[in-house]
Amino acid sequence: MKSLRLYALAYLAFLYLPVLVLPVFSFNNSEFIAFPLSGFTIRWYQGLAADTAMQHALGNSLKVGFATALLSTMLGLAAARAVTRYRLKGAGAALGFISLPLFIPDIVLALSLMLLLGAGGLPLSLAAVVLGHLLICVPFALTVLIARFEGFDRNLEEASADLGEDPWMTFWRVTFPLMLPGIVASLLLTFITSFDEFLLAFFLSGTEATLPVYIWGQLRFPERLPMVLALGALILTASVALVILAEHVRNLGAPKTTVGA
Amino acid sequence: MSFLSLRAVTKSFGGPAVVDAVSLEVERGEFFALLGPSGCGKTTLLRMIAGFETPDSGAIVMDGETMNQVPPHLRPTNMVFQSYAIFPHLNVFDNIAYGLRKLKLPKSALRSKIEVMLATVRLEGLEDRAADQLSGGQRQRVALARALVRAPKLLLLDEPLGALDKRLREAMQVELRAIQRKVGITFLLVTHDQEEALSLSDRVAVMGHGKILQVAPPRALYERPNCREVADFIGEINFFHATVREIATTGVTVNAGILGIVTLPRDNLTNGIKEGDHILLAIRPEHVGFADAGVAGEITASTFLGERNHFQVCLAGRSEPVAVSAAAAPSGQAVHLSFPPQFLIGLPSGD
Repeated sequence: MKSLRLYALAYLAFLYLPVLVLPVFSFNNSEFIAFPLSGFTIRWYQGLAADTAMQHALGNSLKVGFATALLSTMLGLAAARAVTRYRLKGAGAALGFISLPLFIPDIVLALSLMLLLGAGGLPLSLAAVVLGHLLICVPFALTVLIARFEGFDRNLEEASADLGEDPWMTFWRVTFPLMLPGIVASLLLTFITSFDEFLLAFFLSGTEATLPVYIWGQLRFPERLPMVLALGALILTASVALVILAEHVRNLGAPKTTVGA
Repeated sequence: MSFLSLRAVTKSFGGPAVVDAVSLEVERGEFFALLGPSGCGKTTLLRMIAGFETPDSGAIVMDGETMNQVPPHLRPTNMVFQSYAIFPHLNVFDNIAYGLRKLKLPKSALRSKIEVMLATVRLEGLEDRAADQLSGGQRQRVALARALVRAPKLLLLDEPLGALDKRLREAMQVELRAIQRKVGITFLLVTHDQEEALSLSDRVAVMGHGKILQVAPPRALYERPNCREVADFIGEINFFHATVREIATTGVTVNAGILGIVTLPRDNLTNGIKEGDHILLAIRPEHVGFADAGVAGEITASTFLGERNHFQVCLAGRSEPVAVSAAAAPSGQAVHLSFPPQFLIGLPSGD
């Protein structure tokens, strides 16, 4: 039993120590990422505040992330509703094809998309990155949303129609509130997937770097590494805040027991 | 003119017809039941009346208006779902008020309307209760109130008592009947529970394999089933093979094998049976009597039920025991049975 506990602790340390290194060194007053620490500073953060190129990349990533999250969740919602609520011919095959990009190596996906966009005369741009990200995010959205749809009684939507509401109002009064936890989960998952995606963004973004692409570029300049760590620490804080917020929204939107039971 | 009229309504889901050319007339204010085993098409028929399914052919007419193309939210019907379909994100008040949005009632008028309805279904004081804090019986009442508050012309009930335990079910049966009398709305109930159908309804349609087998008031259905399936489905019954010898205005003479030559009233024979036909003679267990003379048999099993008791009697030359329901049996195993001709019903043998 004791060795098992030790293993668990070691595992946790392996998982989270590297993450903790980020904030620690982001306040370290040295260009070198090495112990011992040489004093407290916020100059890396100040550097970030002055770094317009980095802020531009962050802006790009947020734009791509929001667009991808919104679009893939909307597409996922429509597809999930279709496969769970109607008898559709070929629904299984369609779901298979939608999920396929998850099993294609990203490098293949990235290369083929780049060539395809080139052949189609479309410039490499943030829009192209969004298109690429949709390929890998829609399957995630779909998985989350299908599970949620299957969790609630389809009679609820019929009951709403029966009580005089047309399909549009039924969506807003019944489907949407009951799907909200799933929608929030889907938005979060797809946003994070898009936000830290590197390969597709690297191949498709052209001159407009997203944050991961920008950070990769910065690695060539060792003196800028502490600033990258500061940036990482900020993203970490934002992610934790986001997850807490999402959990809060989820609890607001969901009834306490199983839906439709 | 009847209020709800189904004309040769047919529906299949790609296979054989689930509902097969069903025609039916339901009167205004009637409590009507569709009774049948699961898979007989009764729920599909109900869902077509509500508008959730579209008939492949035939017409659904309400109040003289053909409903086939009318979507569910515009039909003058409301439904109590088998699962009750209580909105889990709304409390009791908001569930009941759900269908009143378009009336745009002022708050006080809405509140008083809901309170009247809460009183009707006896849920006073529970309006703030969350949906997940209701018992099965309470959920059933909320579903009923939510539908009734819209004052539909036709209330559809899909196995509304199926999810309740026996005692609650019996109490709700009485209450449901009382509510129907009070509001005067036409009720259309779907159930597989023959007791429920017989005790609640003014008329019952028995369904089997997508077809209507018989439509009659409960007593007539029990006493004068028109075919083997209906007789078998409603209560317990004994069948004897027989052949029609003569049909006269005074009575029908049949050769009933071990029962001998029997003459039964002309009315006891189902229409369409001719002289020489093979038929089934049916008789309820409570109409078979123990007698001093008659068909000899032997009691093989008896079940004590209280006021009436149930016996199985084996007759020579018949493999299946005869079910007899009586207050008491004569002492000893060897008995004689009488089969009063006025209780023998002649049904088509079905082959």
